[in-house]
Amino acid sequence: MSRLGQMRHLGLFVAIGLLVIVGLITKPDNFATTSNVVSMLSLAATIGVITVGATFVIIGGGIDLSVGAIMALASVWATTLATQEFGPFVMAVCAILVGTGAGLVNGLLVAYGRLVPFIATLAMLVAARGLAQRMSDRKTQLIQTGNSAIVELSTTRLLGIPLLVYVFALVVVLGWILLNRTTFGRRTYAVGGNPEAARLAGIDVRRHTMLLYALSGLCCGIAAILIMARTTTGSSTHGDLYELDAIAAVIIGGTLLTGGRGTIIGSILGLLIFTLITNLFILNGLNTSDQLIAKGLIIVVAVLLQRRNLKEIR
Amino acid sequence: MTENVARRGFLVGGAVLLATGCTSNEPAAAPSSAAAPAPAASGNDQPGTKVVIGFSAPAADHGWIAAIAKNAEATAKQYTDVEFRPVDPTNDINQQISAVESLIAAKVAALVILPNDGQQLNQVALQATDAGIPVINLDRVFPDKLAYRTWIGGDNYGMGVAAGHYIGAKLKEKGVSNPVILEIQGIATLPLTQDRSKGFADALKTYGFSVTAKQDAKFTVETGNQVAAGLLQAHKKIDALWNHDDDQGVGVLAAIKEANRSEFVMVGGAGSLNAMKEIQSGSSVLEATVTYSPTMASSAIKLARLIAQGKGMSDLVENQVPQSITLASETITKENVEKYLPLGFES
Repeated sequence: MSRLGQMRHLGLFVAIGLLVIVGLITKPDNFATTSNVVSMLSLAATIGVITVGATFVIIGGGIDLSVGAIMALASVWATTLATQEFGPFVMAVCAILVGTGAGLVNGLLVAYGRLVPFIATLAMLVAARGLAQRMSDRKTQLIQTGNSAIVELSTTRLLGIPLLVYVFALVVVLGWILLNRTTFGRRTYAVGGNPEAARLAGIDVRRHTMLLYALSGLCCGIAAILIMARTTTGSSTHGDLYELDAIAAVIIGGTLLTGGRGTIIGSILGLLIFTLITNLFILNGLNTSDQLIAKGLIIVVAVLLQRRNLKEIR
Repeated sequence: MTENVARRGFLVGGAVLLATGCTSNEPAAAPSSAAAPAPAASGNDQPGTKVVIGFSAPAADHGWIAAIAKNAEATAKQYTDVEFRPVDPTNDINQQISAVESLIAAKVAALVILPNDGQQLNQVALQATDAGIPVINLDRVFPDKLAYRTWIGGDNYGMGVAAGHYIGAKLKEKGVSNPVILEIQGIATLPLTQDRSKGFADALKTYGFSVTAKQDAKFTVETGNQVAAGLLQAHKKIDALWNHDDDQGVGVLAAIKEANRSEFVMVGGAGSLNAMKEIQSGSSVLEATVTYSPTMASSAIKLARLIAQGKGMSDLVENQVPQSITLASETITKENVEKYLPLGFES
């Protein structure tokens, strides 16, 4: 298991190394600068937080298609004029509660309502976006000047790095600990690997499944705060297609869609590969369509390589 | 909510201002006094035959389109002789086709259609015309002229030209040689985006300048933010930036502030209220924006009413409304922003 993990990560590091070399060759003056690295990390932070939650759900044998929509809903709810009256702290708490609440609904539908995760979270995707549009009257809601403490997450820097990157790092570390050093984490692998065996081993599979979706929702709530900080707005258009980016990052990172196997570090490396590609394309002034093609190819190649590795180890 | 109502009043006022501007030579009424339609010289605004006007537009997932729907409704409500019949806004071509079909079946007197895609809605617009219902084509044009009676819309190419002239003149004045000029587009695959870019490039060429780099966002705050953050990294020194769309501009400005950059001139596009306030305050790089005003929906309703009642435009000699009206793209700067504020739409 750990050898398998290392081998997978090795491939990801090689890919990242290659992309960095491409960057150094094509844009020597702009690529390896502190500000560019900081810019990439800030870009990765929002979706990175979501990816951590998505990793848990997928290792637990599920899928969450609603992450982008939940993030949008949380950002809108937290930036309505009514919420903004209570100040930045309440806005942040609001985003987290809305995210977790929506995740909990997903969890209840999947675990106790026996809906297939794909369908339950697809329904949430559509409904949460609709609700976000209704709440915001389809407008972009600016964060008012009195609440700029939220925006400071993005503008205030500690050691030259915006605060929101620290939030991202903290979520990754906490996620790693939760997955690798706690009973909750071991249960997640067990539930995803073989739910029947997990049940016989005395794990409350339904309850655990529900908690996994709530955790994913929580991550979306945190991500909503970060996107609010970056864009100075809440909007129903935030997080469009994030679910696909998050799932792609998790898959490239070596997590099996069937559940039971995977790592947080892998997912984050997968995400960094995507972020690097976006960065390289913008730096070199290339067009977005080619970027999409490159990303598609990388998903396929990553999965093919992983399958080969898997066979060799067996 | 009260703010919403107040804003609607403003929009209505703006619409009247615009319409009186083209139908009479009287000084435009002050926006605040525009609760009732301002009298047109010819008495065109006097109640006439009662007409039902059908309205179909894409779903408002964007400030500009939201303003289109609002303006249309607000203008229709000013007239006692107009019954406004909007159908559910949708982004699905198939649904918009059936929505328009339902309006045809209801035998409305005129149809105002902003199609999701002119090409794909052409057939159903043709059906309406064949059924004797005049179609007022709003903004996105139907390829077949048989499909509509009148087209009214903005000038995408002209928008690029206006932005190009503002930036070109500014840089010429500063005496910059080989300036770094960036462009943040909307959705790159849309013809409207390509027209805007072409106008921009053509206008810059008259100054001997060209676009250094361009990237496309997707008209949303978030994509604008991402693309701008990347472009700011790619170019350590920028002279000018044109951002096609003020909605995504909120994200662009956030990225610029985050990167703490202020060495360049930025021009926006569309004319949102946020952008205008930003221009007015003079506190950011955003110096100007070139309009693509959603007030065109108000004018479209007015045209639909005139056509359905068989009236012409009073300032023109002809007895009938013209076949096509292209609005000029106007440049809003700190000097004239006051005049445009009532026309700004909330993104």
